Amino acid sequence: MKSAAPPADIPADTRLHLYHLQVLIREAEQRAYDLFLENLVKGTSHLSLGQEAIAAGFAAAMQPGDLSFCTYRGHAHTLARGVSVEKVLGELMYRDNGLMRGKGGSMHLTSVEHGVMGSYAIIGAHLCIANGAAWRAQYRGEKDVSTCFFGDGTTNIGAFHEALNFAAIWKLPVVFVCENNLYMEYTLNADVTAVEHPAADRAAAYGLERIVIDGNDADAVYNAAKAAYARARAGEGPSMIECLTYRHSGHSRADPAKYRPAGELEKWKKRDPLKIYRARLESLGVAAAKLTEIEQRAKAEVNAATEACRAAPPPPVDIAFTDVYANGGAAWRN
Amino acid sequence: MAELTYRDAVARGIAQEMERDPDVVCIGEDIAKAGGVFKATWGLFDKFGAKRVCDTPIAEQAILGAAMGAAMTGLKPVAEIMFADFAAVCWDFFANEFPKTRYMTNGQVGVPLVVRLGNGGAARFGAQHSQSVENWCMMIPGLKVVAPSSPVDVVGLMAAAIRDPDPVIFLEHKSLYATKGPVPDGEIVDTLGTAKILRTGRDATILALALMVPRALAAAEELKSKHGIDCEVIDLRSLVPLDTRTILASLGRTHRLFTVEENPRLCGWGAEIVSIVADEAFFDLDGPPVRITTPHIPLPAADNLEDVVLPSVSRIVETVRRSLAS
Repeated sequence: MKSAAPPADIPADTRLHLYHLQVLIREAEQRAYDLFLENLVKGTSHLSLGQEAIAAGFAAAMQPGDLSFCTYRGHAHTLARGVSVEKVLGELMYRDNGLMRGKGGSMHLTSVEHGVMGSYAIIGAHLCIANGAAWRAQYRGEKDVSTCFFGDGTTNIGAFHEALNFAAIWKLPVVFVCENNLYMEYTLNADVTAVEHPAADRAAAYGLERIVIDGNDADAVYNAAKAAYARARAGEGPSMIECLTYRHSGHSRADPAKYRPAGELEKWKKRDPLKIYRARLESLGVAAAKLTEIEQRAKAEVNAATEACRAAPPPPVDIAFTDVYANGGAAWRN
Repeated sequence: MAELTYRDAVARGIAQEMERDPDVVCIGEDIAKAGGVFKATWGLFDKFGAKRVCDTPIAEQAILGAAMGAAMTGLKPVAEIMFADFAAVCWDFFANEFPKTRYMTNGQVGVPLVVRLGNGGAARFGAQHSQSVENWCMMIPGLKVVAPSSPVDVVGLMAAAIRDPDPVIFLEHKSLYATKGPVPDGEIVDTLGTAKILRTGRDATILALALMVPRALAAAEELKSKHGIDCEVIDLRSLVPLDTRTILASLGRTHRLFTVEENPRLCGWGAEIVSIVADEAFFDLDGPPVRITTPHIPLPAADNLEDVVLPSVSRIVETVRRSLAS
């Protein structure tokens, strides 16, 4: 595993931003879980509790105009690009103030104005789609980079391999990020995968560097992301980064995660990315009061967003019939 | 006015749009240096170069994903999936990715691309390189589905498809590639969702698509000359949008309806049209609507077997004649 670059490499304000993003994601995801228990979030939802450092590290390393492609576990990546908690929770709660006014739901969060080009609920395709956005950038000589986030389970589907080969042969400005949280859905990825590191150990097959990082250390993530983006913008092609992490909750809201061996969660909670980062900042001399203020600001934002969503109406029923086609409607015949 | 093959019309239509718009790019297996396995993209590589006419690995999901991501962010890709049967290995894109993105994102993201497929039978390729997949595509909300029957329509509908802001499935019929027809000089841009009445008649309306169009026309000639039955033949050209006005107006004149469908019978496009007619034009009918289709079987490879199962001129003639006589 690559260790984080020396702490001094990252500017102090970037570090505070990284902490803020992680805390905000943690608060928002925990709130999403609580709202489930109130039956205010319906359907399904896939939380990133415990995986916040990855979303924060990559988003902080991106430039405006860079594009993100996520899976259904995409709340964190959407929030990290600056989409408001209210828009995200509103979508999860199927309210009219939601990001897509309830037409997409938890698994499809999209905010083009923030560069969040979609959350894709059938794993694999979006690696290929991220290639396409990168192809456009390369074709037009534009400098944005596309980042595609996916879980360890995605690495065994055909589209993963099609996408990596394609990105490599065309040297596309795309960064593939595997959030290896050990479990596909309910099954250990290691039980069904031929190699130890499901993403990184396949990289060599496509001429890519083998990169495995500590996904619970936002500095390590940020540094790896910066390096990958620099490569991509220099025309040196794609990167694949496997981030080791752990989800504190089950796969989705239906999953109590009873398949985990006793003590595993507790072991990983000692490596909670927020704990790691708070200790890092304290050791660098950031005042505890400053960190508490960041935490309180995040809590306040999530509380205010929750109240706004509770008060928001459901979407008007007429939008069920809009935006099937570009003319705004659903007509398939005259 | 030039006499062009259907095959050359594909390249002509794409070239017309590539000259007009630098955002139009082509992508697919063997489409560039080789000019396509059907030679339908012949000349595009020489004219526009490797940057805009791109060979890919045999990786249909990678092709369609690249086209989609490019379309979402500003390009107008034209992707080829060679044999239409191969749509099945990248069906996620047809069924989930292209058609739902605009809707799920509340209109934030469009997917303006064209997927070209070599569709249909009569080429003796067997069950996995011959099927007609227009009904697969038609059933998905969010897609548009086009299937031209003549070179001039190929050019004009290709241009319309490329200019369209929605994902368009463009079904080229493999057994029409070698056929010829007149194509006017200069820019041609057609309109999606418009059927064409190719032959007027008083006694019955025959609806057809792609390879079934020349067969329906030949059948109509024979029905007139040998049996005195005067059929109106409509080339649907587009299943989505569907030009129901033209269909219903014709039925209002002829009062009998026949569909000639190459797709297997269950859930073929004619079933939807007959359903529309039952709902909206029942009292215009003087007899039951009749669907002439490929049976619900995989396509056999042998020529005599394939000829038996695809709707033929003689089957159309006999079906119409017996239906009108009863």
